[in-house]
Amino acid sequence: MTAVDAHKSMMESSDAASKSAPPDRPERRPLAPYLLSLPALALFAVLLLVPLVMTGLLSLNSFGFYTGIEDVWQLGNYIDIVTDDYFHEIFLRTFRIAVVVTLLCAVLGAPEAYILRRMRSPWRGLCLLVVLGPLLISVVSRTLGWALLFGSTGIINTALMAVGLIATPIEFMYTETGVIIALTHVLVPFMVLSVWASLQRLDPQVENAALSLGAKPFTVLRRVVLPQVVPGILSGSIIVFALAASAFATPAIIGGRRLKVAATLAYDEFLNTLNWPLGAAIAILLLLANIVIIVGCNRLVERRYKQVFE
Amino acid sequence: MPYLVLDRLTKRFGPWVAVDNMSLTVEKGELVSLLGPSGCGKTTTLQMIAGFLDPSAGRVTLDGADLLARKPNERGLGIVFQSYALFPHMTAAENVAFGLEMRGIPRADRDRMVRDALQLVGLGAFGDRYPRRMSGGQQQRVALARAMVIKPSLLLLDEPLSNLDAKMREEMQIELRRIQRSVGTTMILVTHDQAEAMALSDRVVIMNKGRVEQVAAPQDAYDNPASAFVANFLGRTNLLQGTVRRDGAGRRIDVAGTAWPVAAELPDGPGLLTVRPEKVRFVDGAGVPGLVRARVFQGTQWLFEIRTEAGDLTVIRQHDGQTLPAENEPVMVGWRAEDMRVMAGEA
Repeated sequence: MTAVDAHKSMMESSDAASKSAPPDRPERRPLAPYLLSLPALALFAVLLLVPLVMTGLLSLNSFGFYTGIEDVWQLGNYIDIVTDDYFHEIFLRTFRIAVVVTLLCAVLGAPEAYILRRMRSPWRGLCLLVVLGPLLISVVSRTLGWALLFGSTGIINTALMAVGLIATPIEFMYTETGVIIALTHVLVPFMVLSVWASLQRLDPQVENAALSLGAKPFTVLRRVVLPQVVPGILSGSIIVFALAASAFATPAIIGGRRLKVAATLAYDEFLNTLNWPLGAAIAILLLLANIVIIVGCNRLVERRYKQVFE
Repeated sequence: MPYLVLDRLTKRFGPWVAVDNMSLTVEKGELVSLLGPSGCGKTTTLQMIAGFLDPSAGRVTLDGADLLARKPNERGLGIVFQSYALFPHMTAAENVAFGLEMRGIPRADRDRMVRDALQLVGLGAFGDRYPRRMSGGQQQRVALARAMVIKPSLLLLDEPLSNLDAKMREEMQIELRRIQRSVGTTMILVTHDQAEAMALSDRVVIMNKGRVEQVAAPQDAYDNPASAFVANFLGRTNLLQGTVRRDGAGRRIDVAGTAWPVAAELPDGPGLLTVRPEKVRFVDGAGVPGLVRARVFQGTQWLFEIRTEAGDLTVIRQHDGQTLPAENEPVMVGWRAEDMRVMAGEA
């Protein structure tokens, strides 16, 4: 009898013992897990659910310049947003920026994570620190840094003009290009981390196996590595998309008042126009649109690569 | 002319020498095992043949051509990895087809070859399964089929059976041997399991600390170990300290008061006598006196621990109805002179 068999038979005998135990013992539901999760649940309820419900209710109120917020229940705010081209443009711009930022993060972040994984010991830690470093700095100071680089007399334009590549300064400030560059920089670490995590699960021998079967290094990447990190790229994309679509600080500083996105629009409605119900409706719509897009894309990719997700 | 030649192959990692001046020749169609404890350099050797590691020195030729000049993906070798390294996002059939696809074999031929390869490993009905829906033994067969289907000039197996349970392992050993016989592929098997190596190989290469200790047919290595390490590593053995001396009748070794003739050319002084547990018998007349410390029934055989002056001896006797000593019984043990080996001992 091997050790495994012995273990098995021991398990079986203990199973038999538990089966023959008196069946009328009352089943006790342990309370401890529920009690332990109570603080987190309370925090969740007070800080997320309650404000969300309140925002939802607020979005149904109406607002007049002379009457302020009126306690009536109607869908006027939503109808306004859905029928007004001004809002269409801003929502479209928001999601255009979010999509481009997500794609850029995937294109930059996934290879970055792969290269990082292939690095040797001291360099790997250092480079990981460089990649993740931006997360240690506040978004506002990072974005202000970009503002310094972007200005018409900023370093980028000055340098490009000095080299003679451009004659007049490129407009970065208050343009989508500027917002996209700055947001990509802010969000690429999330993609790197997420792809990194899925690369960790990859059997390193799998690449050697593909090589030994005659695959060229690029084919190995395309046919063997990439399909297996799709879950990582997808979860990274979800994080990046959600953060980009709801980003506030970066669009506020780089885009300013001229280039509004949904988040800065809601902010303006709340604090400049003081039309809180409209601001709330914008926030709720942004949330809904985010959920619909993310869940939809998730489904699509999961169906396409279903065997990797099992 | 030898098929695969390793010529003074050496691999250093910094100051550590993983493989030290290893030379080996393998004939076409042979199954050779690299056997040794972990860290003996067997896997490193395999990785160098496969091309995943560059040797620090030495040459590898396959069928007369320099193997080291080719990139890993141009060597045309089949490799079965310890972790199987199947592509988890492809079905068994897609896994097997991958190497054929890389060789640009047309679809129709490919499908037929994949079907034949899966049939060969007994997985004809499992082509549509994903690896994670298969048992370890089935995954291992897919890995084997994937490596075999490209008709490799050389098949490298890296601890292919170590992740299987004992029963499965025995089945796969028989399977491997059958496939090797029917296809005739030259194979190099890396393993730390001496039973596996002896069951499968035409020859075993016993390695220790980066060096080759012995290259021989399994039975040869078992019966005539070249060193104490080999004797110990290949199955159980008894090592008895003794003194080698020469007298009128020839060279002898004294062990616990009894003298055994020594055939080998050895200097006088300390000697090491090795004898397999199943070769030791209980005798009536002259022999080494001892005391039965313990006896254990193992089904087909009895295992005895005998304490003697020269050290503890393990004795294995068949359970075939003969009368055997009880525990704490004084006994005399002996063996035929041709069943023992004597080596120079450490002073």
